[in-house]
Amino acid sequence: MTWPAIRTILDGALVTAALSAISILLSLPMGLLLALLRWRRIPVIEGLLAAFVTIVRATPFVTLVLFVYFVMPAIGLELDPVPAAILALTANTAAFSSEIWRAALQAFPRDQREAAIAFGMTDTKVFTRIVFPQIWRASLGPLVSEVTILLKCTPAVAVIGVVEITRAASRVGAETYEPLPPFLLATLIYTVLIAVLVRSQRVIERRLARRMGLTPL
Amino acid sequence: MSGILVSWQYRDVFLWGVANTLSLVLGCLVLSVPLGILGAIMLTEAPAPLRRLFAELVDLLRCVPFLLLAYVVYYGLPELGLRLDPWWAGLVSLTLYNTAYLVEIFRAAFLGIARDNIEAAQAFGLSRSLLYRRIILPQVAITAAPVIGNQVITTIRDSALLMIITVQELTFAANFVSANAFAPFAPFAAAVGLYLLMSLAIEAGVRRMERMRRVRYG
Repeated sequence: MTWPAIRTILDGALVTAALSAISILLSLPMGLLLALLRWRRIPVIEGLLAAFVTIVRATPFVTLVLFVYFVMPAIGLELDPVPAAILALTANTAAFSSEIWRAALQAFPRDQREAAIAFGMTDTKVFTRIVFPQIWRASLGPLVSEVTILLKCTPAVAVIGVVEITRAASRVGAETYEPLPPFLLATLIYTVLIAVLVRSQRVIERRLARRMGLTPL
Repeated sequence: MSGILVSWQYRDVFLWGVANTLSLVLGCLVLSVPLGILGAIMLTEAPAPLRRLFAELVDLLRCVPFLLLAYVVYYGLPELGLRLDPWWAGLVSLTLYNTAYLVEIFRAAFLGIARDNIEAAQAFGLSRSLLYRRIILPQVAITAAPVIGNQVITTIRDSALLMIITVQELTFAANFVSANAFAPFAPFAAAVGLYLLMSLAIEAGVRRMERMRRVRYG
């Protein structure tokens, strides 16, 4: 492979990193919001959110990407490939991470909440001072592995024409008529990125276990 | 409304897509479950250096995005002189990928078996193969069922990526119909509905296994 070809793929890596970063920043809080809304058990909304999570969790990510990109214009939301990719990634990870947050919320000791309310704390204060500082620690491990899964999902956005690592690699392959070397390089880049995340997950879990006496989930 | 009619007219395409998705997932399971069990046995029984190498290999495979693995298999095997059509390339990559996860699942299930079970079997003089066949695997089959169910749903989701190497599975079918009929919504909604059905069926199966476990082991 020539240097410009490698440059193309590395530029793709920047796009992948940016897409993942934006989607992570959007989807983790959104997952928390979904989990909190379901925690409240508001009649109709609860059912709608449960349906949303079930559907997204059963749908392959490529199908979700194609759905967002081709179907949204039909209901009047014309999206360029990059925003469509971010929307699909965010919806996917929000659905999956909401289950993680929900598990942490369900495991949250009731008496702590009741004690806080007995002290006259408002709902918001109970959440920011008592609930959140504890659940984010309990959820950190599973959330990091969710982020790893998100990174592993990103090649699928190549189907709608976002020029990230995979698209860049197939472009190089089409130009040189030798698809294998660029795909091997692309695989290597992903593997390094994901391996770093997996390792950091192990480190984070061990640190938390040591400091808080929590067992990693 | 017309989109739904159009999708119905293309029902053969959808059925073909479902058939391909299901045959890939079933083929992958038939191959990767035994391979996963073998791998897990190797991870518990092999001498330390070999075990460490194998564990690293499994970890490495779990870090590769599935689509890239499919691309490398699809373009790489011809370089090795093995020309496969897309369906077979898809099956090979799906099996390879899934086996790595199943090895981990089975290994965790092996570790979860009560030690006294194994010690009792050894005290009775059971041979290694009898120990696995009669004591370990039957318990593993039932305790690992929910996790394997999840893994099967993941496999169905992953199989959709094979549309990119032109395997004519369900997402390929939806994309084909939507491009040919100029109806974006209904074909994709139909595909999502069919995927939902498949994963609900698997969840129902897992629940049955769960009930079986409760009846047998309390």
